[in-house]
Amino acid sequence: MSPLLAAGTPAPDFTLPKSPDANLRLADSRGHPVILAFYPADWSPVCGDELTVFNEVLPEFQRYHAELLGISVDGVWSHKAYVSARRFEFPLLADFEPKGAVSRAYGAYRAQDGFSERALFVLDSAGVIRWSYLSPVGVNPGADGILAALEALK
Amino acid sequence: MTARLTPPVGTGDHAQGPADAPVTLVEYGDYECPHCGRAYPMVKAIQRSLGNDLRFVFRNFPLAKSHEHAEHAAEMAEAAGHEGKFWPMHDLLFEHQDALEDGDLVGYAASLGIDPAWAAGALAQGVFTERVREDFASGVKSGVNGTPTFFINGARYDGLVHPTSMIEALVAAATPE
Repeated sequence: MSPLLAAGTPAPDFTLPKSPDANLRLADSRGHPVILAFYPADWSPVCGDELTVFNEVLPEFQRYHAELLGISVDGVWSHKAYVSARRFEFPLLADFEPKGAVSRAYGAYRAQDGFSERALFVLDSAGVIRWSYLSPVGVNPGADGILAALEALK
Repeated sequence: MTARLTPPVGTGDHAQGPADAPVTLVEYGDYECPHCGRAYPMVKAIQRSLGNDLRFVFRNFPLAKSHEHAEHAAEMAEAAGHEGKFWPMHDLLFEHQDALEDGDLVGYAASLGIDPAWAAGALAQGVFTERVREDFASGVKSGVNGTPTFFINGARYDGLVHPTSMIEALVAAATPE
């Protein structure tokens, strides 16, 4: 298992589905900070998990012109239903085929379980990783580390 | 990265128990969140068990996009706090999570002897919006990762939300090394 990509590494480019009929290419997001939030699975049993918190904190992220992208190995239809059920106002990308390829490229894949780690990356406007964090298994990260990293970009 | 309570507990907080208690438990919660509703009797049990060895503090963390009544419920708790009735309102809200419409909230205020017209006006004018927003912002800074999130003597508690595990962690934090 390759280690989590560290600060200073150019973020590997990728193109992933963000909805049943549209893709998102990371390189198109140059010019502003990007937050990548890898997470194990849609439909986690707690209502107030990390994505729900991030959804509430979006205005704070937007103060730094930062774009938030969630990534898991779930497919586009699961993502679509999950976004709608939780009223998420940011896209979830489907690292579905080939399964987990982008998560692996970032060192954020749990091969033994077949899903992504809870891992966070903050990219600067040139697409370079400026902060990364791997959360212990079963512990949701808060938004504090992301906000500190965005603040440090200024 | 250890998530630390920021800012620490201060005079502006709603607290139960002695200020010099050996251990302080802080909850960031949402009155409409079912997990917070389940934690509510657990916190009561923990308070009964630890007595004066525990100070308990509640801060607002309404997940307003998920729970449409959470923001006003939090503001009503703060309005009641302004009238010296924070904890009775806090308890009423968690005991009536299925009835948190504005009319219900004003009714709870009236039942606690708070002028219902004043309470309704406070909600309508957003008098306590800023107070709730400050709690929320402090939670984000502190590393709140869902609701409820607990802090024990300033450090985020990532263990099971269950009285036995929490009392164990609280007693350990209260015991000098």
